[in-house]
Amino acid sequence: MKKFLTALLFAPILAFASGAELHLDTAPDRANDIPALQRGAQVFVNYCLNCHSASYMRYNRLQDIGLTDAQIKDNLLFTADKIGEPMRISMQRNDAKSWFGAAPPDLTVIARARASEFGSGADWLYTYLRGFYRDEARPTGWNNTVFANVGMPHVLWELQGDQIMGDDHKLTLAKPGKLSAAEYDQMVGDLVGFLKYIGEPMSEFRKRLGVIVLIALGIIFVFAYALKREYWKDIH
Amino acid sequence: MSKVNALLQDTLDWVDARFPLTANWKAHLSEYYAPKNFNFWYFFGSLAILVLVIQIVTGIFLVMHFKPDASLNASGVPVAFASVEYIMRDVPWGWLIRYMHSTGASAFFIVVYMHMFRGLIYGSYRKPRELIWIFGMMIFLCLMAEAFFGYLLPWGQMSYWGAQVIVNLFSAIPFIGPDLSLWLRGDFVVGDSTLNRFFSFHVIAVPLVLLGLVAAHIIALHEVGSNNPDGVEIKKKKDANGIPLDGIPFHPYYSVKDIVGVVVFLMVFSVIVFFMPEFGGYFLEYNNFFPADPLVTPPHIAPVWYFTPYYSILRAVTYPLFGLDAKFWGVVAMGASTVIIAFLPWLDRSPVKSIRYRGPLFKGFLVAFLISFFILGYLGMLGPTPGRTLVSQICSVIYFAFFLLMPIYTSLDKCQPEPDRVTK
Repeated sequence: MKKFLTALLFAPILAFASGAELHLDTAPDRANDIPALQRGAQVFVNYCLNCHSASYMRYNRLQDIGLTDAQIKDNLLFTADKIGEPMRISMQRNDAKSWFGAAPPDLTVIARARASEFGSGADWLYTYLRGFYRDEARPTGWNNTVFANVGMPHVLWELQGDQIMGDDHKLTLAKPGKLSAAEYDQMVGDLVGFLKYIGEPMSEFRKRLGVIVLIALGIIFVFAYALKREYWKDIH
Repeated sequence: MSKVNALLQDTLDWVDARFPLTANWKAHLSEYYAPKNFNFWYFFGSLAILVLVIQIVTGIFLVMHFKPDASLNASGVPVAFASVEYIMRDVPWGWLIRYMHSTGASAFFIVVYMHMFRGLIYGSYRKPRELIWIFGMMIFLCLMAEAFFGYLLPWGQMSYWGAQVIVNLFSAIPFIGPDLSLWLRGDFVVGDSTLNRFFSFHVIAVPLVLLGLVAAHIIALHEVGSNNPDGVEIKKKKDANGIPLDGIPFHPYYSVKDIVGVVVFLMVFSVIVFFMPEFGGYFLEYNNFFPADPLVTPPHIAPVWYFTPYYSILRAVTYPLFGLDAKFWGVVAMGASTVIIAFLPWLDRSPVKSIRYRGPLFKGFLVAFLISFFILGYLGMLGPTPGRTLVSQICSVIYFAFFLLMPIYTSLDKCQPEPDRVTK
């Protein structure tokens, strides 16, 4: 019986030894870094929000990351007239489909959708946005290390430069862009931080509230337990 | 003060002459005598009611803002999916209500699995509590239907393809299968009509049945009285007033004790709701943050964790039989794996109820059953490989052997004598 149970316990380890691995770089944490989130918002609006919408996210919600309505209006509000409108785009989906093969997805919750057992959604995006390389076999001229045969061209190309894939499956920078490699990584970190923020804008508030709720329940527990003790002292 | 009391008493008398309020209060609370030796495992019944209330109340508020509509909005996102994000962002406290509901779904299964396990180890299904157990099993089946229908509503990729896989299972039934799955879906693919009917089932039909069954479960329990960790009947030893010697009134003793359980449960629940609402992708699957796309099949479709043991049993059946393909027998095995639990009262032949006085055979089979249940649950989350299929086949055999061999091993087992009265 014992041997059998031991075999049962170890069976999963044998059965699960295989499986494809996806290596992701760890994205920097920008959760409470307000300047970084603001820079990320700027990059997002300038580079992403032409083809990708963030249609569950309203512009005036960006007050969360320390921006005033006037700042949002002057610097970020290009695709809408009113501050309370969601971050939509004007590109028609049918056009996008014929140009790229698939309409670019809405990015509001992309940082949540891309999470997996290999890493957080932010890790995936951080690796993805730094993983574009030249591939003449693709219609756009670009391919990607974590998203094979991706439909999106390398939009941040002028900043990063051209990467090429060597025979050793490692990326090298063939032609530098406007930013150094370190600066580019920082910028992508800011952008991914922003995407993570819009994925769940209330997440920092949620955690702060959680602490208060747990403290309150802890106090209630003391009284509830004392009440139970008081009633039960006669029961033997 | 005495005038106020007199007025209250008059009001109560007025009501009691027309509705058995005091009688019911006594029968179900203040003069319902429960054994005094309930332990940790006995918290989960009242917690199941708590979670049911959480689900109903949060559900009422979600329905006010959710739109069961599969058409695409101007940004190309299905309206149903977008309405969930609207609740998360634009409805005041909507995120909290939604996370409580999504966490509550998993919490319901955790609590109910613990409650069922309690029944299993202390023999709470044995005579005269067979009907309580059967009502409980019907509640469990309703709960699974409720969770399945509800999971389609956010209209994410896993919602969509999970429903696709499960509804397609019915097409494996000979003759009527294809028409049956078409009838369930209301369309040739999972679509807007499927979303609307699942919404209707999720918010009206199943909750109605569920509430009725919960009432039946409790009425049956209060008719025969609660079992306890010793598995002895407290009604056999009564005092001069006819009150069980080992019984204490449910209210106030167990009501104040259950409040402690409720507070501890809410602390665990809050840790998940406030700090890890996705629970590592087990409570909210990551892939479900992609809106449903009928043209893109995900590489790996996994049900939510509470269905995975049965899903593994379904996939473990790989042999066709009697000219019917393996899928059909998989569906049969999966259905049997849940329904067979209802037959425990007649499969168990042991002279004692509680695990405290049972012999090594039952304990060994129980441990093997638990291990295989967990392995099946784990395997159900992963894609199949030949090695995993073999392990799940072995575990499925153990799962069924626990039930089917029970009449034999429980009669052969060497049990200890039960005490006359409950022990501490």
